[in-house]
Amino acid sequence: MAYKIKSAECTVCGACEAECPNIAISLKKGTYVIDPAKCTECQGQFDSPQCAAVCPADCCVPA
Amino acid sequence: MSNVVSLDSIFGLGELAPPATMPAVPDTASGCSSSSCGSSDGPADMDPAVWEKVKNHPCYSEEAHHYFARMHVAVAPACNIQCNYCNRKYDCSNESRPGVVSEKLTPDQAIKKILAVAQEIPQLSVIGIAGPGDSLAAAGKNTFATFEMLQKKAPDLKLCLSTNGLALPDHVDTIAQYNIDHVTITINMVDPEVGARIYPWIFYKHKRWTGLDAAKILHEQQMLGLEMLTSRGILVKVNSVMIPGVNDEHLLEVNKAVKSRGAFLHNIMPLISDPAHGTYFGLNGQRGPSAQELKVVQDACEGGAKLMRHCRQCRADAVGLLGEDRGDEFTADRIETMGVVEYDDEARRTYREHVEAERAGRNASKAAAQADVRETVGFTVDPILIAVATKGGERINEHFGHAKEFQIYEVGPSGAKFVGHRRVDQYCEGGSGDVDTLDGVLAAINDCTAVFVAKIGGCPSKSLAEAGIEPVDRFAFDYIEESALAYFKDYAERLGQGVVQSRAGQDAVIRTGALTARRA
Repeated sequence: MAYKIKSAECTVCGACEAECPNIAISLKKGTYVIDPAKCTECQGQFDSPQCAAVCPADCCVPA
Repeated sequence: MSNVVSLDSIFGLGELAPPATMPAVPDTASGCSSSSCGSSDGPADMDPAVWEKVKNHPCYSEEAHHYFARMHVAVAPACNIQCNYCNRKYDCSNESRPGVVSEKLTPDQAIKKILAVAQEIPQLSVIGIAGPGDSLAAAGKNTFATFEMLQKKAPDLKLCLSTNGLALPDHVDTIAQYNIDHVTITINMVDPEVGARIYPWIFYKHKRWTGLDAAKILHEQQMLGLEMLTSRGILVKVNSVMIPGVNDEHLLEVNKAVKSRGAFLHNIMPLISDPAHGTYFGLNGQRGPSAQELKVVQDACEGGAKLMRHCRQCRADAVGLLGEDRGDEFTADRIETMGVVEYDDEARRTYREHVEAERAGRNASKAAAQADVRETVGFTVDPILIAVATKGGERINEHFGHAKEFQIYEVGPSGAKFVGHRRVDQYCEGGSGDVDTLDGVLAAINDCTAVFVAKIGGCPSKSLAEAGIEPVDRFAFDYIEESALAYFKDYAERLGQGVVQSRAGQDAVIRTGALTARRA
């Protein structure tokens, strides 16, 4: 149960990193990645996964 | 800082001298005098404290934009809304439009870049953060980190930021804390029905909102943020993108709404739309306005919130005077190799003193030229538009073939005023002119009666004359407004003799594509 970032479509804007309640998103070698061990898909925290809701490129998707 | 005497001598053309005590609130002024509407005014209809804030800010004062440079640092890539005219996926270093950058910077890199640019460009007076996303999205972390460092290292530089307004109410206290004097809010509508056609979604309170709900929230946040800023005395400029068929007539309502909430300036910009940009509007054939369509809406808004007409819709990493971009001289790689930059404000201070002196000398000559026109021409002749090739300093000092834009002045019995600019591809590259490019220039200034240049070749001169636009080089290196008035006097006489014809009713094309021509 985790989300991932489709790096080919990511604009590296960092909006997802700022919204993630679990600090699961970080910049690695010039691209943002989601740590599956930390990702909860925001269940119990928000109505929908925050990264996907904020992403302007719609590239945060279920892994 | 300048003293009262030099300020008093910079009044806009045809304006009355202020009373000994100026009105405390700028809105109590008459708003728009016939000759210097919008931001082209001196302090005559402005609170002295406000004039002090704007006089060296190229984006807030039309006069200052001839003299001072701004720099945008692209530290804020994240955004919290989607606009149908925006797509930040593609970068082209030749493109000039908001939201576009070639490289994003960390706050540390931004400071280094700012200090390096400040050493090389003494005209630099303003540092802005305009994205490329929204400067207040992602809690505005990078934006405020940059301003905090900058305030310590270079306190003489003015700070400003630009936002869509969604997160603005949350950050007004922080904005005030960092002495950010100028905030620009992009407001394209005051009716959610209109907004729903511009914004497909927003991200607010941990949720993605769409349709009318999204537009309603955005509208309410924008109005609240605007009121909060103006009540704290922070100057607010409102940017609106004019989208024909969507919000063109509606912008009069926007103008009224933002004026009543204390906005200092209203900047109505044409939609930049091209399928190659990959925006929703671009891909769906939504067109931008023509030059005259834009001018009609701008003219209709005069008398409301003050209008700004010198906006160049610059990139989120632009560097230099408005209308020029020296961003590619200051890439991150180059900044890295510069080592530690010693900060010294001497050159900028000297330059600012020079500008104060020059401004003081202009008032008398403008007023004399206008009085002459009034006396000899009277009010029987309609105003005309003149295109001017200039490199800045309010002088006609650019070669026709080297111009990358023309400044447009409206001149008539009420005076000469700047009403806009037209971007063009440089006609002359490497010594020879290009016929296709010339056609583009002709289309861009087709509503003008004359074009003022420092120099022009025989071929383009002939083509201009054939198109009914008179090429004029006899005012080379003179001041623009005085020359325009002298030309108008002569034009009125020739019109009376039937030697020239009026170009009323002509329109022109606003150029929106990538700039491919480079100065040779």
